[in-house]
Amino acid sequence: MSFNNLDTLYRQVIMDHYKNPRNKGKLEGDHITVELNNPTCGDRIDLQLKINDGIVEDAKFEGEGCSISMSSASMMTQVIIGKNAEDALKISKMFSDMMLGEEADTSEYKLEDLGDIQALQGVSKFPARIKCATLAWKAMEQGVEKEE
Amino acid sequence: MLNEDVRKQFPILDQEVNEHSLVYLDSAATSQKPQSVINAVNEYYERYNSNVHRGVHTLGSRATDGYEGAREKVKHFINANSIKEVVFVRGTTTAINTVAHSYGRENLSEGDEIVLTKMEHHSNIIPWQQVAKVTGATLKYLPLQEDGTISLEDVKETVTSKTKIVAMSQVSNVLGTINPIKEVAQIAHDNGAVIVVDAAQSVPHMSVDVQDLDVDFFAFSGHKMCGPTGIGVLYGKQSLLENMEPVEFGGEMIDFVGLYDSTWKELPWKFEGGTPIIAGAIGLGAAIDFLQDVGMEAIEAHEQELANYALEQMQTIEGITIYGPKERAGLVTFNLDDVHPHDTATALDALGIAVRAGHHCAQPLMKELQVAATARASFYLYNSKQDVDKLVEGLRKTKEYFGDVF
Repeated sequence: MSFNNLDTLYRQVIMDHYKNPRNKGKLEGDHITVELNNPTCGDRIDLQLKINDGIVEDAKFEGEGCSISMSSASMMTQVIIGKNAEDALKISKMFSDMMLGEEADTSEYKLEDLGDIQALQGVSKFPARIKCATLAWKAMEQGVEKEE
Repeated sequence: MLNEDVRKQFPILDQEVNEHSLVYLDSAATSQKPQSVINAVNEYYERYNSNVHRGVHTLGSRATDGYEGAREKVKHFINANSIKEVVFVRGTTTAINTVAHSYGRENLSEGDEIVLTKMEHHSNIIPWQQVAKVTGATLKYLPLQEDGTISLEDVKETVTSKTKIVAMSQVSNVLGTINPIKEVAQIAHDNGAVIVVDAAQSVPHMSVDVQDLDVDFFAFSGHKMCGPTGIGVLYGKQSLLENMEPVEFGGEMIDFVGLYDSTWKELPWKFEGGTPIIAGAIGLGAAIDFLQDVGMEAIEAHEQELANYALEQMQTIEGITIYGPKERAGLVTFNLDDVHPHDTATALDALGIAVRAGHHCAQPLMKELQVAATARASFYLYNSKQDVDKLVEGLRKTKEYFGDVF
């Protein structure tokens, strides 16, 4: 009995984000809130975005879920803060392509520029867990659409 | 304990998953199928596929015999009084919805109460919420005791003359709690209410007698008892079904059809609109033959021993929380400290062990237990103590693995 492939899923960096989530908490002042859950498993995220003049100025999240969903949320907030909303959507599309094992459009952003989220690449080999990884990103997309 | 011959009749169990021999511990979600059930369904499609209750050709009457023969088997299996009381439906969910939308709508009005437990599966909660919305009836929940059981004292207090329906599972799909259905039925009847039982987790695992339990409605699914998906049973007392309107209208269920009005077939067919689930019913009949060959008492004893063994072994794992009472059906719901159940299930899957993780279609119960999700290992007649040993070893490894990465 051994965990042959588990390391591709649970990289050190994922566990670090799970244990020490970045941008966890509540935003003060005016912001958009999106609450999303994964009805099949009970994972839940409450994402708050502060978008001004098309720029994501701040993002925080609360929620409960597995290591994949919560670390993905933490990484997602890290990547999008400071970016303009359209770029955030582009990155989200890249991420979703990466999860589905499809070739991502890297004309504007390269995966290696996106920091820790590369560590989630291994999730694409575990189809049952892809929804965990994309939950926070879907919440972000809905938040950006709300603002528009 | 049942011997290895039982397991050998399930071809699916003889395979490797992620380079480990499959250990299937998710029978509460759906059970595996023995060769005899697979053969019965194949034989129907290969030799006598035909529509039932119509036409005069030979295949048609063989199909009708197969379909109605299965109903006869169900009748004996649960000791119904008549085949009129055995309605084939898609599964437990459809069965409960049929009762809610027919009996519920006709008999509930404002001020009436429906009494439920907090351990119900969504399929025994939401139909009642929907019926309550249209009739003005209200839902009342029996509290859960510390150990995950309900107390008959609470039932006596909660069920009153306002109560019209008591809806309760016989066995909880999360806690494994076995509810005292016979006693609750008595209390319901004393107050002029009917009892609707979700038997999805009991019928596959223990012998039941609907007349002895004196239940009014009793619902279960074929796929959890070695049968195919898409077939289930609604048992109802004839006197009640007789006075209920069908919820689906169309082919098969009619007697005379006019331009402006129609009449229905007699029981049970008035509830079976459309071409019925013929292959499913035939497969269910074969599943009942199979279970009866093994013997329901033997199956119950086997699972009891497995559940006790699993509880005993799992409790030796440090940092495990086990939910539910000591006396329980053949399933164990648990969580490892600091490991989310999805991660536990993924790690076990990497070792070829299939368990369920999530809210088990029981969100109100998860709230009551103050957890977002749990993992569940559930047993059936083909599981062995070795399966439990592999689970326990897998859980220790999982703990170690996640302990290390932290």
